[in-house]
Amino acid sequence: MIALLARDLRLATRAGGGFGLGVAFFLILSALVPFGIGPDRAALAPVAPGILWIGALLACLLSLDRIFALDHEDGSLDLLATAPLPLEGAVAVKALAHWITTGLPLILAAPIFGVLLQLPPAAMPWLVLSLLLGTPSLSMLGAFGAAITVGLRRGGLLLSLLVLPLYIPTLIFGAEVTRRGAEGMAVQTPLVFLAGITLAVAALIPFAAAAALRINLR
Amino acid sequence: MIDLGKYAATVLLAYGVGLALLAGLVWQTVAANARARRNLQEHEKNG
Amino acid sequence: MSIWKYANPAKFMRTTDRLLPWLVVSAAVCCTIGLVWGFLTPQDFRQGSTVKIVFLHVPAAMMAINIWVMMLVASLIWIIRRHHVSALAAKAAAPIGAVMTLIALTTGAIWGQPMWGTWWEWDPRLTSFLILFLFYVGYIALWSAIEDPDSAADLTGVLCLVGSVFALLSRYAVLFWNQGLHQGASLSVAPGERMSAVYRHPLYLSMLGFLLLFLALLLIRTRTEIRKRRLAALQAREMRA
Repeated sequence: MIALLARDLRLATRAGGGFGLGVAFFLILSALVPFGIGPDRAALAPVAPGILWIGALLACLLSLDRIFALDHEDGSLDLLATAPLPLEGAVAVKALAHWITTGLPLILAAPIFGVLLQLPPAAMPWLVLSLLLGTPSLSMLGAFGAAITVGLRRGGLLLSLLVLPLYIPTLIFGAEVTRRGAEGMAVQTPLVFLAGITLAVAALIPFAAAAALRINLR
Repeated sequence: MIDLGKYAATVLLAYGVGLALLAGLVWQTVAANARARRNLQEHEKNG
Repeated sequence: MSIWKYANPAKFMRTTDRLLPWLVVSAAVCCTIGLVWGFLTPQDFRQGSTVKIVFLHVPAAMMAINIWVMMLVASLIWIIRRHHVSALAAKAAAPIGAVMTLIALTTGAIWGQPMWGTWWEWDPRLTSFLILFLFYVGYIALWSAIEDPDSAADLTGVLCLVGSVFALLSRYAVLFWNQGLHQGASLSVAPGERMSAVYRHPLYLSMLGFLLLFLALLLIRTRTEIRKRRLAALQAREMRA
């Protein structure tokens, strides 16, 4: 498992692996929003939590098809399916690798973009914490979507159509935590729900994703 | 004709849209079924 | 007598051939009487004549949810028992469900305009239906994207299972996110909240009509799918020969 994780990380950080693209996309999105809404601080601050969460979600979506597509092309996915490691475990590890290469940089970069979007300083810790709790479930659900669409030639658009509705609960609770943090309200309830969703997703989705992969490899 | 009061346009629009959607669904279903049946029959006759 | 023998498509075709005329006639009769009766009901003292929209809105909304549940059951039967007709029935039901959701949303929007002063409001019920519509669209898109029919049935089945969980989860998340304008259950059994019998009886009839209409359309669409599958199988056999 650790070898698989190390391999995926190496592949992602290598030239052409797409590492950092998500953060660059996130930066461009944060820079474009004021052009659309206007530079007014009073207008930007209330929408900043939502924009940051949607930006993180879209940046995460960008690299989802890479989770299985390359391995499917060169046949290493077939090897993984027949390896002694259960396919569920392999799926979980690959989702983890996706999270480390796209989710983690996003979390580290989010406060900087929060400053760009005039997010109140009081909300910063809650933004980071909500992303830390929420993005793993985005990667996991993304791995499920990628597993379903892996064999398709034009799977990219379909992948976003399938995965984005699944992101709704995470988005609602994640943005709610940040918004409440910005307004100085109690954040426990949405935070607990967010963590609960992520844990449930991490526990159950690998089975669904592995089932989808087995069907596609048949 | 019954009196629909001041909301006549709303009610008629809702019924119009709802029934149009239903009619479209029924028409598409029947047309697709007829097409599938025709294709299959042609194929079985020729084949 | 067991439902499993309908796994045989030929048996299914024969049975539905006999069943369909009855179903079509009774669906047409119930829908027509229910809707016309509903259209002729007296005006409500608060909502005026807009109350008549309920006879389209509520049955469509009820079917939108129930069709998804039916697809979930059909997908489970396919995954567990490899019952081909069941998978095709799930596929056939999805567009009907999507249209029902659309009817509920549009009639609701048209109704909301004079009553709430807005076409759309991010109310939990409205939002949940929009999310349900997105799930229908994704499900239909996945069916049409995969060529191999058995893989398509398997993958859409898995998607339906996961989607059901998330549709339910979204429902409660949305409830947490925003309190709404929409009234609670329309057909509450609690005394005092009940609709007057003047409206209730035609509503029951149109709900029955929509249910029968769904069953009729479902059988026709499933028959279409079976014929398409048979044609594809015949063509594939000739290609090999």
